[in-house]
Amino acid sequence: MSVRALPLLFLNLGGEMLYILDQRLRAQNIPGDKARRVLHDIILTMFNKSFIEELLKPQELYSKKALRTIYDRLAHASIMKLNQASMDKLYDLMTMALKYQVLLCPRPKDVLLVTFNHLDTIKGLIQDNPALLHLVDETLRQLIEVYGGLSAGEFQLIRQTLLTFFQDLHIRVSLFLKDKVQNSNGRFVLPVSGPVPWGIEVPGLIRMFDNKGEEVRRVEFPHGGNYVTAPKEGSFEVYGDRVLKLGTNMYSVNRPVETHTSGTSKNLSSQAQQSIAPNPLAKEELNFLAKLMGGMEIKKTSGPEPGFRLNLFTTDEEEEQAALTRPEELSHEVVNIQATQDQQRNQELARIMGEFEVMDQPRWSASKGDDLLAMMDEL
Amino acid sequence: MFRRQRSIPLRGSAAALSNNLSVLQLPVCNLTHFGVVHGPSAQLLSVAPEGVPLAQRQLHAKEGAGVSSPLITQVHWCALPFRVLLVLTSHRGIQMYESDGSVMVYWHALDSRDASPVQAMFARGIASCGHFICVGMWSGRVLVFDIPAKGPNIVLSEELAGHPTSVTDIASEPAQEQDPAGERGKGSPCLSPQDCMADVVTADDSGLLCVWRSGPEFKLLTRIPGFGVPCTSVQLWKGIAAVGYGNGQVRLYETSTGALHVQINAHARAICALDLAPEVGKLLSAAEDTFVHIWKLSKRTESGCTEVEHCHGECVPDTQVCGARFCDPSGSSFAVTGYDLAEILTFSSE
Repeated sequence: MSVRALPLLFLNLGGEMLYILDQRLRAQNIPGDKARRVLHDIILTMFNKSFIEELLKPQELYSKKALRTIYDRLAHASIMKLNQASMDKLYDLMTMALKYQVLLCPRPKDVLLVTFNHLDTIKGLIQDNPALLHLVDETLRQLIEVYGGLSAGEFQLIRQTLLTFFQDLHIRVSLFLKDKVQNSNGRFVLPVSGPVPWGIEVPGLIRMFDNKGEEVRRVEFPHGGNYVTAPKEGSFEVYGDRVLKLGTNMYSVNRPVETHTSGTSKNLSSQAQQSIAPNPLAKEELNFLAKLMGGMEIKKTSGPEPGFRLNLFTTDEEEEQAALTRPEELSHEVVNIQATQDQQRNQELARIMGEFEVMDQPRWSASKGDDLLAMMDEL
Repeated sequence: MFRRQRSIPLRGSAAALSNNLSVLQLPVCNLTHFGVVHGPSAQLLSVAPEGVPLAQRQLHAKEGAGVSSPLITQVHWCALPFRVLLVLTSHRGIQMYESDGSVMVYWHALDSRDASPVQAMFARGIASCGHFICVGMWSGRVLVFDIPAKGPNIVLSEELAGHPTSVTDIASEPAQEQDPAGERGKGSPCLSPQDCMADVVTADDSGLLCVWRSGPEFKLLTRIPGFGVPCTSVQLWKGIAAVGYGNGQVRLYETSTGALHVQINAHARAICALDLAPEVGKLLSAAEDTFVHIWKLSKRTESGCTEVEHCHGECVPDTQVCGARFCDPSGSSFAVTGYDLAEILTFSSE
């Protein structure tokens, strides 16, 4: 699969996470300065220069477990805490939103416009912070450098790689159901009307030529859809009109989000089998992950700033209930990162690991079958 | 008029790949075999008439060095003069099996020395021609394997260099006779009519097509340039290359001259599969826009032109189609796979 898909996956999922957290912080009436602090801390961590550099190196896509671990850490990069049920729901919403956006991208290359939409909106959240704005702009520039020269074929491979990551996820999101972009069976609606992607002609015409290249006949045929030509192309510059709406913020205070996690288990047997099956390459993946997270600088909380817990549900009881009724197949298994005794890489990693413990988070249990993790010594 | 028939359930959903359905028709035993790629595994199904599934088997990509478990890119049955082999391409190499998938007869690992850090390695694009099987590579090379009438003594016969970017699909047809008067051969760089029996077409991510004549040494006959859009699927019929592109167009080229004969604005999204019912000249096109179209091709021998007529269009609602094939030689039934869909949809006009 493509070795260029990871940055797009990471940044877009991160963008969705910020949209959802922003909405919940306001819905839960968290004081403005605390809410701003949380978002700023997460954005600062996400766009850390060496982290982004590491991310942009050509590499295979991580497993779902590894990605989930990164977002757990990212969500806890500040004074905010999330219970497992809320973290699960947050991750469900993030992944289904991005699945929808990738699936509905008119052209494979438009997944880059989706990424730019996320980054543009993130910039909107940090208008008061020029240093952070600069970090995001830098990331935009680097994305343009890496992706600007890729061919349509390479973007097609990136899209296929991303779709493989989202395969068999059919969690129903009430906002999508309400907007009729998702069916009750969890599948997204693929419209057959509207503008064709930029660079594609409206279907319906057959042109026939002779050996000299002269057109001898043209015939129309009924193509079944209701398409019109594309109005204009979105901008791939640092600043510009993206035209595409996918990747912009669809949440607002008045549109609370619930997920339905029941009734979607039919196709999950294959997915569950994949995550439980022992993966002999988990160790290599962990090394990548540790290296990547080693680049994530965690801003130390200065002074006795009190943390707070964010709830993705409307009440605490709902959150408890969700934790109890979550189907087994959907439990997101999180990797337990423990440093190795390798002296060469140990010091810096140990310091970073130590910082992760500051917020007194619950220790996520290691997933079944990860015997290799058990081989790593506890720090 | 086509009607939906009984769907065939799959153990795992179909992956978002191009050409993600292979069909082996076995009229003698009244069976049809289907092959679909799920991800790290592919599923083979044996189906009786009326869509009744009889047997199924799962094949996995052979593991090798790397971070994640390897993904399969394509599964395809290759009909050779004395046997049928099932070929499976992945990010690690090429696996060949007896037609029911029971025994692996050959394994070819991708050479990691050729690997580039900025590009993933994979094999993709499978076709048989005569007693050869051609398989495309991420690098643009096409491997040609010489297949014996039976047994595992398969040999890599040649590596064709013709493509600057990753191969997407390969098509072949039995060598065609050029017209004896040499009318259409005029101006072509062939020594004799027999030299111009183009029977293999390879395509790549840049949209470039290479037309080859197969043999102990393959000969490159024509190059048909692309136009910046990947070619996702290709078929060959009576010396005409039918080509599907990432911009939803289907184009028909005369392979001996490279001349464009027909251009169809067929779909609103990238084409994912083309198939032929060669005896009746029917072409099937399927795309990510949820549509499948059937076309009737005809060659006008006097003018040398090719004509196309639209026969039928089918919408598979809310499904990003990833594979489609005719299920019988007369083109009166076809099957479709879609991304995330754990079933094969079948349609019939009988």
